[in-house]
Amino acid sequence: MSNMNTAMIEKYRNNFLKEVEANVEEGEWVKMCMQCGVCSGSCPLGPYWDHPPQEIFMMIRAGKREEVLSSSSMWMCTSCYNCIARCPRGLPITHIMHGLAHYADRLGLAPKEQPTRKFAKHFWDNLTKKGRVNELKLGLKLYFMNGFGEGIKTAMKMKDVGLGMWKSKRLSIGELWGGHSIKDTKGLHAILNKAREIEEAKAKKFEG
Amino acid sequence: MSDEKKTGCYICKGCGIGERLNTSQMATIAEREARANIVREHDFLCSAEGVAMIQNDIDNEGVNHIAIVACSRRAKTEAFNFDGVAISRGNIREGVIWVRPDTDEAQETTQEMAEDYTRMAVFEVNAMNVPKPSGEAEGQTNILIVGGGLSGMTAAIEASKAGYKCTIVEKSGALGGHAAQAWKRIPQHAPYKDPEDTGIDEMIAAIEADPNIEVCLNSRVTRTSGAPGRFSADISTESGDTKTENFGAIIQASGYTDHDVSHIDKLGYGNADVITQAELEALAREANGGPIKRPSDGKEVANVVFIQCAGQRSDEEGHLPYCSGHCCLTSIKQAMYFKDQNPDIDTTILYDDLRTPGAGGEDFYRSGQDKQVIFTKGAVNQISSSGNGAKVNFKDRILDEDVEIEADLVVLATGMVPNSGVNIDEVPQDEPGQFEVSVDSILNLTYRQGKDVPQLKYGFSDSHFICFPYETRRTGIYTAGPVRRPMDDQQAIEDATGAALKAIQAAENAQLGRAAHPRSGDLSYPSFRREGCTQCKRCTVECPFGAIDEDEERYPKFNEGRCRRCGTCMGACPVRVISFENYSVDTIGQQIKNIDIPDEFDEKPRILVLACENDAYPALDMAGMAGVEYSAFARVIPVRCLGSTNLIWVTDALNSGYDGCVLMGCQKGENYQCHFVKGSEMAHYRMSKVDDTLQSLSLEPERVATYEVAITDIERAPQLINDMAETIERIGMSPFKF
Repeated sequence: MSNMNTAMIEKYRNNFLKEVEANVEEGEWVKMCMQCGVCSGSCPLGPYWDHPPQEIFMMIRAGKREEVLSSSSMWMCTSCYNCIARCPRGLPITHIMHGLAHYADRLGLAPKEQPTRKFAKHFWDNLTKKGRVNELKLGLKLYFMNGFGEGIKTAMKMKDVGLGMWKSKRLSIGELWGGHSIKDTKGLHAILNKAREIEEAKAKKFEG
Repeated sequence: MSDEKKTGCYICKGCGIGERLNTSQMATIAEREARANIVREHDFLCSAEGVAMIQNDIDNEGVNHIAIVACSRRAKTEAFNFDGVAISRGNIREGVIWVRPDTDEAQETTQEMAEDYTRMAVFEVNAMNVPKPSGEAEGQTNILIVGGGLSGMTAAIEASKAGYKCTIVEKSGALGGHAAQAWKRIPQHAPYKDPEDTGIDEMIAAIEADPNIEVCLNSRVTRTSGAPGRFSADISTESGDTKTENFGAIIQASGYTDHDVSHIDKLGYGNADVITQAELEALAREANGGPIKRPSDGKEVANVVFIQCAGQRSDEEGHLPYCSGHCCLTSIKQAMYFKDQNPDIDTTILYDDLRTPGAGGEDFYRSGQDKQVIFTKGAVNQISSSGNGAKVNFKDRILDEDVEIEADLVVLATGMVPNSGVNIDEVPQDEPGQFEVSVDSILNLTYRQGKDVPQLKYGFSDSHFICFPYETRRTGIYTAGPVRRPMDDQQAIEDATGAALKAIQAAENAQLGRAAHPRSGDLSYPSFRREGCTQCKRCTVECPFGAIDEDEERYPKFNEGRCRRCGTCMGACPVRVISFENYSVDTIGQQIKNIDIPDEFDEKPRILVLACENDAYPALDMAGMAGVEYSAFARVIPVRCLGSTNLIWVTDALNSGYDGCVLMGCQKGENYQCHFVKGSEMAHYRMSKVDDTLQSLSLEPERVATYEVAITDIERAPQLINDMAETIERIGMSPFKF
């Protein structure tokens, strides 16, 4: 995807705001921010962001392309929608954050080891396989996300919870083999493939 | 109507008065002590029947002085409105029964209170005369408008539409002023998205075609004298021709000058590509819709930075301390000059606080953002030449870092400085009308107090911002537009329209000899006893409205049309020769003297309360309505303005056995609330000297207290009276009871 990155740099030169507007979902709202800071103040995870939303918007306008796209900030968004509910200018801030994250991912600029990003990938793979989330597999995947040793440790720590869930029929060991699925898995895959095709085609336009 | 005084006293028993008070006792007092010729009680005095009873006495019994002892003078004013008679009001409802508890113990003192108010009302009206027109009431209704910019032209057009003739005096060779120099204006109509045509050409054409409006270009006002209804002005052209004309009222729309920022180094003004907003308007007019070119080498501008608050909103030397109000919107408008012509031009507005006043302000700001004008919150460190345009080094206040950007053009929002002429508070006033000044006067008034209208701060003309925003402290002269406060086009249009209507009102009132606000319609005016005058000049100096000049023999010359009837002159006069027919040292003095003062051993002190009728008195009335109680020993007398309080009242009161005096005026100082601007301030100043008097009487200084009271102080005003009652309890009764 770095080809696309180079293409984008070439295309928009110094005007990162225009680039965001054209390529990021809901990106055309960025220019309407009036820098009141209500979003940053409303975010429950605000203190953990390198750059809270207000700052991200200002950085986009100031043309800080690399800093914004490689930032872990927008990956911190938990979609609580506090900021959207409160923004006096009506910016869909949550959506813009996800749009930016997605765009950075496509350009290959997103931080590699960002846990939210990793989890999102696992979740997606898990979900799209059968059309239903396989909680047992997703949980295990998450435990072992950072290596075998840590995975065992986490699994041991959580064993009582797991047992409890199994006893109350909330968790089935059988899920490890196959697991439940929607009726028409093939259909789902066809839909997803088509969507991917459309998006790839869009991205192709910018590649060398 | 015969000249003989015949007094009627009418006591109301309605609203519970009859149940709480012994009104027949009060009637006896009115008849025996106060010597009213006719005394009547009525169950419901403000009813048609009650009013008819009074009217009948006026028509058939020859009653011409009426004391109405009922509710507050602020209530039932329409019912108790009789022509051709002097009226006083004794306040026994809000002032007595409503502020006293309905108990047996309180009954005696409450009755005494009501009896005193009855005495006061009758003695007051006996000291009054019926105000008559003076004969000075006549003259012109046409309006002189000084300044032919947007404000002046608007005032002329509006006055003409209302059917009044006016004359515009413009110092330059063309109408239009600053507004005519602009390429477009900030939108005044929905959807507030794009700059609009200025509309100035149409206004000029309308004025030229209007037979009601006379235009004098290249002219100045070189002398103004007179009063509302009979102003006389010399209009002199540059070539030296002078004509004298008479006017009913004057509107001063002398506008503003762009703030000069060439001495502020960090703004880099002097670099050819660093210009002011006004200079950008000229470039835009030159471009006429095409690409705007930078001044240094004519290159088409591809990158422009607007600097807000350039030399404004700062206490630094050479900066304006205030916000000019229009610049943020103006910069957004100017950024659109570029964006609308070519959306690829980079436009950055560097602001600290973006302020977009007006109905469409926010919409216009959004429209700017929508057109991709970049708004950056930051403060300029230094603007310097880059050899190719200019460099702006600034601190980004969101990202907290110093940034340098290059621009083809930098535009400074420098702000407006009012053209207010001479600051009369800063020039010597030794010789009436003779002042050495370095600034050209706008009006060249021949007033005793100075050549131009007084200023409040930063050179803007003084007006009562809350109650009477268009006013100046010169009756019949109204300022409009940026000379009054910083504003944009739309505000100037509204301002000028308001000023035009006020000017018409002033001219019409002058025809009838009536006062302007706040005593609208008052026919009385100050007169003085020439034989007693010592020519001390206090009245001429202290009149907040410059109404009083000096005649050839150095006696005060009251220009009644300029007078607002506050009585500050009456309060100032050390020999007490100034009075109004219906308000004088005597009308108040009689009330003070004629209350019943119980002797020392009765333990019933008396507290004189002089309360401003505009704020403090209504506050006390409202306290009554809200059931807030205060001491039964207080006797409240409303005064037109605390400034009209003559020290003799306080001295007489203390001499005749009052135990304390509470004086209540309005807030004074820079954020004054005083309806007569300086009245409260003068009163406080005078009362600060009262200690000498108290010392000579061997009385404690605590016996006199002066306060600033707001109309909302309905808890505090009664408390101040109660505080005085406590003080008296502490320090003891006055020894002056005879």
